[in-house]
Parts: sequence; C-alpha cells; structure tokens
Amino acid sequence: MLAGLQRGARERAVWRRAGLTTNYAVAFAVKAVDVDVVAVYPITPQTTIVEKIAEFIHGGELRAELIHVESEHSALSAAVGAAATGARTFTATSSQGLELMHEVLHIASGLRLPIVMAVPTRALSAPISIHNDYSDIMNARDAGWAILIASTAQEAYDTVIQAYRIAEHPDVQLPVMVAYDGYLMSHTLEPVELYREEHVREFVPRRGRRNVLDVRSPITLGAFATPDNYYEFKYQQEAALRNVEGVLREVEADFAARFGASYGPLEAYRLEDADYALVTYGGAATGNARVAVDMARERGIRVGLLRIRLYRPFPSAPIITALAGVKAFAVIDRAIAYGSPAPGPLYKDVAAALYMEGLTVPGISVVHGIGQRAMYVEDFYGVIKMLAEGASTDKVLFLGLRE
Amino acid sequence: MTYRTIRDLPREELFAPGHSMCAGCGAAIAMRWLTKVAGRNTIIVNATGCVEVTTTQFPHTAWRVPYLHVAFENAAAAASGVEAALRVLASKGLRAPSGEKVVVVAGDGGTYDIGLQSLSGMLERGHKVLYVLYDNEAYMNTGIQRSGSTPKYAWTTTTPVGPHIKGKVQWKKDIMGIVLAHRVVYAATASIAYVVDLANKARKALDYSEEGPTFLHVLAPCVPGWRYPENKTVEVARLAVETGYFPLYEWERGAFRLNPPSNTHMDKSRRRPLKEFLRLQGRFTHLTDQEIAEIEAELDTYWNHLAKLVQAYGQ
Repeated sequence: MLAGLQRGARERAVWRRAGLTTNYAVAFAVKAVDVDVVAVYPITPQTTIVEKIAEFIHGGELRAELIHVESEHSALSAAVGAAATGARTFTATSSQGLELMHEVLHIASGLRLPIVMAVPTRALSAPISIHNDYSDIMNARDAGWAILIASTAQEAYDTVIQAYRIAEHPDVQLPVMVAYDGYLMSHTLEPVELYREEHVREFVPRRGRRNVLDVRSPITLGAFATPDNYYEFKYQQEAALRNVEGVLREVEADFAARFGASYGPLEAYRLEDADYALVTYGGAATGNARVAVDMARERGIRVGLLRIRLYRPFPSAPIITALAGVKAFAVIDRAIAYGSPAPGPLYKDVAAALYMEGLTVPGISVVHGIGQRAMYVEDFYGVIKMLAEGASTDKVLFLGLRE
Repeated sequence: MTYRTIRDLPREELFAPGHSMCAGCGAAIAMRWLTKVAGRNTIIVNATGCVEVTTTQFPHTAWRVPYLHVAFENAAAAASGVEAALRVLASKGLRAPSGEKVVVVAGDGGTYDIGLQSLSGMLERGHKVLYVLYDNEAYMNTGIQRSGSTPKYAWTTTTPVGPHIKGKVQWKKDIMGIVLAHRVVYAATASIAYVVDLANKARKALDYSEEGPTFLHVLAPCVPGWRYPENKTVEVARLAVETGYFPLYEWERGAFRLNPPSNTHMDKSRRRPLKEFLRLQGRFTHLTDQEIAEIEAELDTYWNHLAKLVQAYGQ
C-alpha cells in the first residue's frame, strides 16, 4: 500500500531520467534547491561539480553568485560570510582542499551555519594521490558537521536535497557534508532520476532564519568567549548535532511521501537472520561487499551487510540493534587512523558503541581500498569466510596490500 | 559630501564604549571615526586581532552595527561572501535591499601577512567592499611579535635588541603598492591624528565601494607595542606624518595625490626630523645615529618612489 503510494508520488515528482556522474547529480541537486551563493575552489575529483554549476549559472538556469575564491580556505570562509547573511550556500571540495578548510570547518559549525558541502573523497598527500579513499572525510569527522555518506549517484542527489532541510532545521542549524567515493562515483555514470524543481523547492522551503547579519537588527557573530561561556556554546553545538538523527528520520518521511525514496541513517542488507555482518560505507566497498554477501549466502553462510549512511552524529542505537545478534562482524574502512587501537576509524566507532552498551561482539578492523587500491569481491568473501570459520585470531586486516 | 571640520562628523556613536581596548589605543580611535562615517547601514567583517578580542567579549559587544568575525586570515573572503549574498538575495527578492556597505577591519598581521592571499582574491574579484587596515606595525594582540609591517630595527618580542642582532632585520612591506597593483578604484593612507582627512577618505572609500573594492591604510599607534605614554597616541601619529614616516596620500580613479601636510613634504626640508618621531617610542630607543640615518635614507627612497607616482599619475 505504502509502496504503491510512494511509486505514485515518485512518478509525479520525476522530471527526467538521465545518465549522470555523481558530481553532476550533486550539481543538479544544488540547482534544484535554488542555492544563492556557491564558493568553490578547483580540486580533483570535485571540480566537475563546480564546472556544472557554472554552466547552470552562466546559462541562466540557476540564479546564484559563484565566488571564484583563491583557495579552499577562502571557499569555506566566503560560504560562512554568505550563510551568515542568510543566503542558501553551497561549497564542495576533496582531499587537500578539505584539509585546508579544516580551521573554518569548526567555525562554520560553531557559528551554527547551515552550509552544505559535497565531498567526493580522495586520499591525502604524501605521497600525493588523486585517487579515492576516505582519509579526508575521516580527518574532518570531529569538526561538528553532520556527515552523510552516499553510495549511489541517486542517493547523493537525494541526500544533497535532504541536507538543506536538515541543516536549516531549527533544532539543528549546523553545516552538513555529503560524501561519496571520489572517481569511483564522482566520475562514474549512473542512471539518476531528477525531480521537478518546483517539487524540490516545496520540500526545501525558504524559512526566514533568525540571527543573520542585518542592519535592521544588528547582531555580533563570532564573539570572543571566556572560560565562563565557551563550554556552554560547545555543549549546545553537540546537543544540536545529536538532534540530526531524529531530524533525518522526520525529513526522510516527508521525502518518501513526496519522492518515493528513503534511506535512513543506515542500510541493512540480508541482516535479519544473519550470523555475521560486514559493515561498510560509500559506494565501491558497499557494492562489492553486497555481491560477496550474496555469494556467501549461496554457499550457506548466513551473512548480511550494514552500510553506514549517517556517520556524524553516529547512529549508535540502530547499529547496536543491527549487530547485537551476530556472532562476529568486520568493519571495512577506507582510511587509516594512524596509531589508533584499531586502524579503522569506523571500526573504532562501532566498537565503542557496542562497548557502551555492554556488548562484546567479536569484530575485525579491515582496511581496504587505500589510495584506490582495487577492492575485489573475493577479498570481502574471504573476510566473510574468516568470520564464519571463526578460526582467525586476527583483529586487524590490511586487505589488498602487496606482499 | 565633504567634512570640513570635526563638527561636521556624525554625532551618533556606533562604536560603543565599555570595550576592553588599552587606554590610548590608536585602533580604538580609528574604529570610532570609521563607524561614525560609515553609519548604521554597515556590516563589519573583522579579522582576528586586537580589535576583535577587545570589542566582542560575550555577552558584550561594542558594535552597534552587524558584525562578523570568522578567523585571522580570511576576513576578505568572508566579506566577499557577505557582499555576494547581499547582492544575490536582493536580486532574487529574498531580502529587502538597503544598500548596506560591507567593511572589513583587519590589523597588519591579518593584512600584510596571513590575510594577504584572501585580500588579493577579494580585490581581484572586484567585491564591493571597503577594506580598512589598522596598522600598528606588529602582532600586538599576541604580545608584540614582528609582522611584515614592522619597521626595520624596531624592537618586538620576536626581534629583541641583543648584542648580536638589534631589532627587526627587514624593511616594512609596501602594502599600498600591493593593493594598487590590483588597480582598485580608490585607496588611501590615513592617520588618526588627521581626523577630518581620515573621515573624508573613509567617506570616499565607502562611496567608491559601490564600484568595486576600496582600501584604507590607517596608521594606528599602539601604547604597549610602541612603548610610549598612553596620552601621546595622537602626537605620535601626527609626528609619523610630519616627519614623512607615514605620508598621507590617495589613489582615486587612476590619479595619485599627496594630501596635506604630506603634499609639502616632497621638499625634505619641510619634514620634521625623523628623530622626533622615533625618540618618543621605546621600541626605537636603542637606535644609533647611523641606524637612524639608514632609516632616513630608506624613507628618502620611498619618497622618491612617491615623487615618481606624482609625476606619472598626479593631477
């Protein structure tokens, strides 16, 4: 019944079906939400987003100011200025660019500005690499932004649209990053259904924001806080970020009613009766893990897949629910948390969430796809077999490493 | 409009008292006159620095106009965002246009050094912003460290006066030259000791900012950093101009003009001896006559450069 209703809504909402890279899909989402100010600096593999947006603006399809900043630091600084003035603001970057922005990441969230940023993820220098992994986003995970990681071009398009509703929600008022695999998604064509822009704009209405720079009611933004006040600002920021999971569910319910699609904070695949679980994020790792799960299921191993979509705030409760019943799990990380108790950043989050619940489910921290090292389905199948055989005492695996 | 005397300046105080700037702070004087001239229809974007930390201590603020502080090196970039947002929101009918002026306030550290890149970007892109540099010739907020604006031989905490090296080794950077290379429509130097001149330049710079970026370089003496008595700020600032250390000039639509009293200083004999400016300040007490002569020679070179500008672009 609901599925039928949603299908009907989707048919009414879809404008056209196109073959798009995820970067172009993101640019179409930026146009659909009628962004006012875009400040972006070129960096691979982000650049095709801003190229497409420039086409939209120069073609008269989007009325926005494109600020051709001279660095990513200035990109986010200009975005902060624009958002503080009440504009709907977008920026995008990858890798070194996100690192250069780092100082301003904390300021954007501290000033509670609803900026949306797309991050086609990329490895970090040195040695310099233009290829994909998630080192950049993992270095930004504690900057107070909401972080959603998409796994398809369609999901990235939908998520950017949802991100504005989340960021501008009165209970949130925080910036949102939408991340996805650089190259493997950013430059790969997928079928995407684009929505009628009037439907998108109804979904993301203009709410007059309070606390913007306005000569009619002057405010001071970016004040200096002494030890008497600083902590309260930062606590409120943390509380607001924690509201994101509930707001995401609320926003997705409306999104589903209008566009017939929803994703949730995480995506479970064949997990209901699973003895074992793989935990992933992003496109390539998830896609290959899903095939490996199917292979294992065909061979009688009851394994499922859990994809984390909402990374910050961390959706501990549904993750605990999903993993509480399995005998063992493995987290596939696409970044290295150098020198940590486990090398996988997501693994550490999952392990901490389970521990805080008093659960001691055995887990393996798997690192793969660093600097876009090819990840094969067989690699993930091998992990599943290790979990099922229970023979391994390894807690840490660096997959795909040349011997 | 032109302000003829100090009585012509607006009465309204938009830079409120009660801030925590030092007694005798030159930058505080600059902020007071700047906000008077700019008026209520102004949005201030402030770089991290003395002015920022002393005027915005939560829950208080000295700013009776909208104010944004983001970080140290990016005031020009943040102001670019503010200005772009005002323009596009007005054109889309999302915000009633009120012709707000966007004004950056930044110190010499935030302009000559860490903020130079974002300043250049803002100037190159042509944002309609007035950028006001209050130059106290060192990182005063962090405790008097040397900047690209600190003059040669000046004592700072990172250029101490020792038996081996005495004070700063390098000359002060020509920030106006850098700004003018961007071919801005209006740029000027100004002094807190010449208030009417400063106010008229701020007025012009605000008016011209409707065409593109404008720049005001204000010398703002610093009591603890320059080490002089707190009742001498205006005197020190005046001597900086009268000795030719800080010439007053403006660049307006491709024309270059020295302003009074600097317009008579091409003739060196009309300048007061540089010593009169230097001897008031503890940061220069260690100077030998030879070092003073060296600074004077460098100033002469700078004046020769200005003479060429007058020759080439003077009216």
